[in-house]
Amino acid sequence: MAILFDEHTRVLVQGITGTEGSFHTREAISFGTQVVAGVTPGKGGTEFEGIPVYNRVIDAVQSAGANATAIYVPAAFAADAMLEAIEAGVGLIVCMTEGIPVLDMIKVKHTLKGSGAYLIGPNCPGITTPGTGKIGFMPNFIHKEGSVGVISRSGTLTYEVIWQLTSLGIGQSTSIGIGGDPIVGSNFVDLLTLYNNDPETAAIVLIGEIGGTAEEEAAEYIQSNVKKPVVTFIAGQTAPPGRRMGHAGAIIAGGKGAAADKFAALERAGAVVEKNPAAIGMRIKNILEKKQ
Amino acid sequence: MGRYHLSTTPFTLLGKTSDDMLISLATSLTVRISCYNICGHISPGLRRFMKIHEYQAKQLLKEYQVPVPLGNVAETPEQAREIAARIGGRVVVKAQIHAGGRGKGGGVHLANTPAEAFEAAQAIIGMTLVTHQTGPEGRLVRFVLVEEAPVIAKELYLSLVVDRTRRRECLVYIASEAGGMDIEETAHTDPGKIIQAAINPAAGFSPFQARKLAYGLGLDRSLHGAFAELVKNMQRLFVKNDLSLLEINPLVVTGDNKLLALDAKVNFDDDGLYRHPDLEQMRDFAEEDPLEVAAVKTGVNYIKLDGDVGCMVNGAGLAMTTMDLIKLAGGEPANFLDVGGGASAEKIEKAFDILTSDPKVKVILVNIFGGILRCDRVANGLIEAVKKTRLTLPMVVRLQGTNLAEGRKLLEESTLTFTIAEGLYEAAEMAVRLSGKELHGITGSEKSGNPF
Repeated sequence: MAILFDEHTRVLVQGITGTEGSFHTREAISFGTQVVAGVTPGKGGTEFEGIPVYNRVIDAVQSAGANATAIYVPAAFAADAMLEAIEAGVGLIVCMTEGIPVLDMIKVKHTLKGSGAYLIGPNCPGITTPGTGKIGFMPNFIHKEGSVGVISRSGTLTYEVIWQLTSLGIGQSTSIGIGGDPIVGSNFVDLLTLYNNDPETAAIVLIGEIGGTAEEEAAEYIQSNVKKPVVTFIAGQTAPPGRRMGHAGAIIAGGKGAAADKFAALERAGAVVEKNPAAIGMRIKNILEKKQ
Repeated sequence: MGRYHLSTTPFTLLGKTSDDMLISLATSLTVRISCYNICGHISPGLRRFMKIHEYQAKQLLKEYQVPVPLGNVAETPEQAREIAARIGGRVVVKAQIHAGGRGKGGGVHLANTPAEAFEAAQAIIGMTLVTHQTGPEGRLVRFVLVEEAPVIAKELYLSLVVDRTRRRECLVYIASEAGGMDIEETAHTDPGKIIQAAINPAAGFSPFQARKLAYGLGLDRSLHGAFAELVKNMQRLFVKNDLSLLEINPLVVTGDNKLLALDAKVNFDDDGLYRHPDLEQMRDFAEEDPLEVAAVKTGVNYIKLDGDVGCMVNGAGLAMTTMDLIKLAGGEPANFLDVGGGASAEKIEKAFDILTSDPKVKVILVNIFGGILRCDRVANGLIEAVKKTRLTLPMVVRLQGTNLAEGRKLLEESTLTFTIAEGLYEAAEMAVRLSGKELHGITGSEKSGNPF
């Protein structure tokens, strides 16, 4: 068991013939992912690594039975790609594209409401269920099957944490990078809900960043709903106020959205707060050992 | 529809508002237009950092029929005198730099006559203005904005921002009758005085939003028509130019009962700039940190800080984390530097150039998690870059990920002296030690037996 991505997930890749799309599709296939279709307008009828390529998402859904999509199209076309996937009824939409204008994302998010689809990202490393498959950039070798749910706003920091767990012999149920943009599809609360209900997830690691209020919202949810242990870390404890550190989300101003506020909120909610990122794996290990 | 009804929730919790809101509230009277741009491609593309001047912000407002004071830019005292004479009456002479707090620093003068405007401009142009935002070195003032100084009957606060709060995700107006300096204070102490009106993304602007704000602000009926226009035009300006924030503070009612945007702050959405090449032309390189400008040109995301441990990391989250670790270990990071998820040898080289041009840097800490980018390629990049740039500073390298063993071997076998670290925390400790600082022990974490 896992969340969102399981053995029934049939992936289509929007932008499969592009540099990023083709590279990561090959990686995903070697990880065991069922990639059933690609979409590149104008290249319908061709094949990529034996996978049929279609002009439209709806064709990939109807002809190849795709129920999830990996979006690797440039920022200027990414909102359109997401809207097309929502309209075609794709249940899991994962968008890796970085640099999508906020106003475009407002439209996408509005369209998403009520559609029943889950959107991961944009500007995210994707989703991986070890032993089953993945969508996105996460390196194949870092994962191991197990029972820890990893959810994060970062990219390479997420790999770091997953790799810590794996090196300590601790596997993951599903790992998700939700993306660093101001407006993302699924947020911490949406996914904590799924992890909380997943019988195979025993503990959760939540990696936040300064800026925004997603971690505070997560804390509220954890406090009243989550019974599983949650270990948290917030990147940017020492970032100077008012500066933006690469991610659109990473802004702090006026002492709000700062790491200290987020740590405090999470601590009050009963989460385990770990301020040393190098020790996150050990924390989880100790918690799981105590549980046994 | 339910979700998008006009919110009657008072602005009670600052923790519940968007970043942009917080920024705008925190900066109150600054007239800064700032913009960071990360141009959008899947692979980290060109990253730009842009701010524009107050006079440019006002030009933008004027273009969209948002009323601003009559005024113009002067590069000499003579020009200032001329502009003041054309305006007639009392004027204000304001230094144009990319930093707030100009009034307190002596960069804003009132002038009752053209002769006084001449004197004010003479005093301001050429001065090095120090404010809380410029740092102690200050900024050279090259020109001033001369504009009418109207009689003010009332000061209001009005902004349009992206509300990224969960389940809202829309544009929202924020208004308060308590305009001016203390808007942030008002949000805390008297949240009932803050009015919000959200824009449904599907329906767009609708006049009732303006009515909600106007009645909420207690505006005189005679101003409602002009106010509705202004509110609508703000939305137009926002959407047409991909802003992330448009703040008018204060929006004043003048003695002759007119609305005027006396001060304004605009943030562009970095990611929307590719659609607006015209906005790029407003950029003033002289106002920017030369190192950050150089970084921008190479696609490296760099922010200069005050410490002495230079960092080079792939990924923004990991870069911030590396800074956190340096601080935890007792050191001070010299910068934030993200070479991107897939740092090429060329980028690594450019990153070294940037790092080493900061004279404060005593040691360099390289922290790369090799995923798609393999560690052996990173190692080769590092070796080449060190040779080419003739780097003499001590360097701690911590690699993790794909082809780690090969990468480490390359570093060890090179004739150069790299200090190779295994773990994240160990790397930070080594770098801090090399910077000549005492190590802190980490408290409240599970360090013992930790291989990282």
